[in-house]
Amino acid sequence: MDRDATADVNAPHSMGTTIIGVTYNGGVILGADSRTSTGLYVANRASDKITQLTDNVYICRSGSAADSQIVSDYVRYFLHQHTIQLGQPATVKVAANLVRLLSYNNKNMLQTGIIVGGWDKYEGGKIYGIPLGGTILEQPFAIGGSGSSYLYGFFDQAWKEGMTKDEAEQLVVKAVSLAIARDGASGGVVRTVTINSEGVTRNFYPGDTLPLWHDEVEAHDSLLDILNASNPEPMST
Amino acid sequence: MGNVITLMEESVLSTHKAEMDTLLTSKGDSQRTQYPYVTGTSVIGIKYKDGILMAADMGGSYGSTIRYKSVERIKQVGKHSLIGASGEISDFQEILKYLDELILHDNMWDDGNSLGPKEVHNYLTRVMYNRRNKFDPLWNSLVIGGVKNGHKYLGSVSMIGVNFEDDHIATGFGNHLARPILREEWREDLSFEEGVKILEKCMRNLLYRDRSAVNKIQIAKITEEGLTVSQPYSLKTFWNFAAFQNPTVGAEGSW
Repeated sequence: MDRDATADVNAPHSMGTTIIGVTYNGGVILGADSRTSTGLYVANRASDKITQLTDNVYICRSGSAADSQIVSDYVRYFLHQHTIQLGQPATVKVAANLVRLLSYNNKNMLQTGIIVGGWDKYEGGKIYGIPLGGTILEQPFAIGGSGSSYLYGFFDQAWKEGMTKDEAEQLVVKAVSLAIARDGASGGVVRTVTINSEGVTRNFYPGDTLPLWHDEVEAHDSLLDILNASNPEPMST
Repeated sequence: MGNVITLMEESVLSTHKAEMDTLLTSKGDSQRTQYPYVTGTSVIGIKYKDGILMAADMGGSYGSTIRYKSVERIKQVGKHSLIGASGEISDFQEILKYLDELILHDNMWDDGNSLGPKEVHNYLTRVMYNRRNKFDPLWNSLVIGGVKNGHKYLGSVSMIGVNFEDDHIATGFGNHLARPILREEWREDLSFEEGVKILEKCMRNLLYRDRSAVNKIQIAKITEEGLTVSQPYSLKTFWNFAAFQNPTVGAEGSW
């Protein structure tokens, strides 16, 4: 029992994660939790898993933190040169296909699932899912990471085509929050990035602002506040 | 617009070929066999009076999870062929890129000739077998079908390079569940309607009995005149049998 409790702090950093990418009428919204764990220890409780590739293309990273970081660094590097050569912003499709090339050709070594999302003037808002193995699939919405297991049913029911920006944002925040509630490898805050023709907006939803789900209770500063409240009930004989 | 974007990707690669080659292609490991991650299940193909009919569902499974439900597993190859794939989807996507290049070079000859299903099948057999020999297979079972100059062709290639031709072909579970139906009901002179009905019978059977089957299918048709891949649609299933109502009466706990 005790040897698990201390955990292996030298274990590879993995972002057991919940990541989401959703299209709406006008752009895309990317969302993620903020927990990076090494074994059972939470190495970083405020990570930013939504990473910029270009002004108009961002990715959500899941799986091995190292692998996803290195893939995103290379793709950022390639896209930078591509943009200079092209003379205009890279399209989301090109970015996604570059991610696929790295993921597919190094499939035996990499363990990372990536969601590419962005906006370009040709296709508007697009989301591409690139799971383990390097398959590339364009989707109206994509979910990934260990926490996504708990969201398949939720999205089957809650997803609708043609949502507004606010509806889509609320859906993403709710979904990540639900996944955090059940997935031990997901936690912390919910970060979202909205990308559309007007540009990019980052949002931050701290854990204490998220709704409470089943069997969760309200947070307090101390028991003493509860005891001192008008209804002194908690201490039973 | 799609072609322009592909050319742009190519130009990114060509300017930094050597450097990118080592990153974007892998020549490392001396021995490896991969594991499939996102997989498609059965594909079925039959010859009929006017050509070939092929059917597959649109599922992409991730282990036991049915993760993707809109994966197109039947695609056109040149003017005369269809390819259907089961197995690892990323490898199928790579195969489609190889075939794009094959057809492009064929067109560039501009000699009035074009690769037919038999040639495509042969090419893929070589690709699959050579990868197998390097212990680095493309993890797919492929069905190639088509018509050229009046000759109907239907064949399959597996991830280890086993290839053959037949009047009806299936991959994966289809071999066990669909082929027996086809052996009984297939005829040389099936009409389009009869062919579709037989394929649907097979697909429904697979839906009942294959855990990774998904109820959204496409049926593709290729004839001398041309090819079509149907829009995705679902099959009705039948559960209203007396024997299904109370199956464990008299034997509680059984199943």
